[in-house]
Amino acid sequence: MWYSDLGELPWLLPAPADYRTRVLSLEAMERVDGATLRALASYALDLNNCHHLAKACQRLRDRIDAEPWLSPLRIAIVSGGTASYLGPAIVSACLRHGVLAEVYIPGYGQAETDVLDPESRLHAFRPEVAVVGFDHRVFGLKATQTGESTTADRVAAAVRHLSLLTERLLESGTQVVLQTLAEPPERWCGHFDPRVSGSVSAQISTLNQRIIELTLAHGASLLDVAGLAGLIGTSRWFDHAQWYNAKVPFALELVPFYSEHVARLMGALRGRSRKCLVLDLDNVLWGGVIGDDGLEGIELGHGSANGEAYVQIQAYALELKTRGILLAACSKNEEDTARMPFRDHPEMLLKEDDFSAFVANWDSKPSNLVHIARLLNIGTDALVLLDDNPVERDQMRQALPEVAVPELPEDPAWFPSAVAHAGYFEAVGLSPDDVNRAQYYRANAARAAAQEASSDIDTFHRSLEMVCDISSFDALSRGRIVQLIGRSNQFNLMTRRYTEAQVALMESDPSIFTLQARLTDRFGDNGMISVVIFRKGEKEWLCDTWLMSCRVVGRRVEEAVLAVVASAARAAGATRLIGDFMPSAKNRMVADFWNRLGFRYIGSIDSVGTRWALDLQDYAEPDLPMRISVSTRERPSPARSSGLADGNAREGVGQSAS
Amino acid sequence: MDKQKTLDKVIAIFADVMDVDPRTIGSATTPEDVESWDSVSHVRLIMSVEKAFAVKFTNAQIGKLRSVGDIAGALIHQ
Repeated sequence: MWYSDLGELPWLLPAPADYRTRVLSLEAMERVDGATLRALASYALDLNNCHHLAKACQRLRDRIDAEPWLSPLRIAIVSGGTASYLGPAIVSACLRHGVLAEVYIPGYGQAETDVLDPESRLHAFRPEVAVVGFDHRVFGLKATQTGESTTADRVAAAVRHLSLLTERLLESGTQVVLQTLAEPPERWCGHFDPRVSGSVSAQISTLNQRIIELTLAHGASLLDVAGLAGLIGTSRWFDHAQWYNAKVPFALELVPFYSEHVARLMGALRGRSRKCLVLDLDNVLWGGVIGDDGLEGIELGHGSANGEAYVQIQAYALELKTRGILLAACSKNEEDTARMPFRDHPEMLLKEDDFSAFVANWDSKPSNLVHIARLLNIGTDALVLLDDNPVERDQMRQALPEVAVPELPEDPAWFPSAVAHAGYFEAVGLSPDDVNRAQYYRANAARAAAQEASSDIDTFHRSLEMVCDISSFDALSRGRIVQLIGRSNQFNLMTRRYTEAQVALMESDPSIFTLQARLTDRFGDNGMISVVIFRKGEKEWLCDTWLMSCRVVGRRVEEAVLAVVASAARAAGATRLIGDFMPSAKNRMVADFWNRLGFRYIGSIDSVGTRWALDLQDYAEPDLPMRISVSTRERPSPARSSGLADGNAREGVGQSAS
Repeated sequence: MDKQKTLDKVIAIFADVMDVDPRTIGSATTPEDVESWDSVSHVRLIMSVEKAFAVKFTNAQIGKLRSVGDIAGALIHQ
């Protein structure tokens, strides 16, 4: 039973014995970079180690260079019990998931009044995310035989309470994470409990269902504490003695485990979830070494225990792929040998075209992972490496500490569990774009081939038969918009991050102009590929956010978007657009963006960024090699249809204003 | 269990939990002597000691632990 104690975070390396000393040595550093902190957090830390690391972060606050490895985030914990134990553990676990957290915890028993009072310290803290969690004791859920209505009333009161807190937090732009409740292990009647509405078991199960509905209704996220307690076992989750002693809501020794789960959600909300699973081949996708054992010699498929386990690893990888996780292969092998099982072994579930990158050579694994990241246009901190060889794992951690490398048990039966429990690919929502991602990457390869075949870039663009759909933000696309805002690093002018709650407020804010763009061409749908936010002034519109997916760089989408912005600004009576560029570690590719769009330089921002302006009277909409379909909240201007329509478009420009 | 060895181990755990120099800690050390020893860190201390010695104190016992020496004493009498 290798994976029996999840509470110890077994996919992480144990913390070294001198951990506290290592943390203390940070004090000597003039600047502390995010990568160092993240590496220090990537151990299985107990509560005391969490405490040391979080304390160091607090002391060194002004010396930390967070970006590009860590995104800052203010988190409030709204809880019924004693929550002060959670702060350091959440800060530490968040570092592991790419988030530099500042945590605010109201005093004991103060959480609700803090949320409801707009003048409270909680609101002064301006949390970007609030984790809201109470348990059955705080809600007063008790076993009763007095009938359905009493228990229904009690559940309804709890739902109203959570609903009120959620609404107040959302109103102030705070993203809400709601927790389900764990069921206490002591039953009332026994196995009969789930069938009788008066039992705590039945009340909690109804309440949990309502909490899930609440998250859907309010665009909140879910932290499934009932599921966590189930993973551990409720008889261990609840420590009654600690509850009486200090109102600790669940066993203190499980705080690192709970915090790890909070942190992966925070990472997901900040777009820090990993994007690609890199698979070693020999002894990961099949048993044995293909180069030595040959097609008949490798262990794979039904008929042997290990053979079945390897099939299951492939099935798990395919499940990840269906929700948008990219797969890559990386193996020390001759390329032809490595590809042989994919082509000729009848039991292989994975095929070559399931992989977005396939690298088999004799180079070092770290250099191959850098290569894979570059091929896929993602950061190395978006990679997870599944490798059975502890030496290779160690080498990877030394060379590229930002790559996640789970510890694996000896038995391949547990490999999928290791990846699943580590929570690298945590999602707070699924968009159609996630499902189609692997397809986009393959379509890109087809486009590259088409480009080689056409003589010049304009002919190539026109041959793509592009259609660009541009519209205002809407609730339906909110999830994907938030994902792009959280994830885009390279083609991102200001790198501002916003939570779902903040984006929701923008949708109806009349002082803000928002755009989302989608691009389709004859090779397929690229999905949503650009997000733009302007703050509307009377004469000047200031760009707050402009980002684009790197998948469509060089397709002139930004020019189409600018044309729509310019026309809306003109219609509103503005005379100038203002655009800023704030350099980050990753966005060098857009340093010249505004210049290329015809803006002129008007000054610097804080001596690092640059500010640019476009006089609208000088601006003429270019002839673009695509059909543009616009629907925004703004009034359409008459100039748009003539200027934006591609002469070769088969249909007219679709326009609607609502 | 050996009295001095137990006390030394408790002091080492105490120093790690409270983030203090173990040389400043002795059997007579109480919460008044250590700034970081509050009700919150006390619970963490008890948990760490329980884990290291593979014991579980009752709340009645925990209520009587008012110094480093009390903790070592409770372990010896377990």
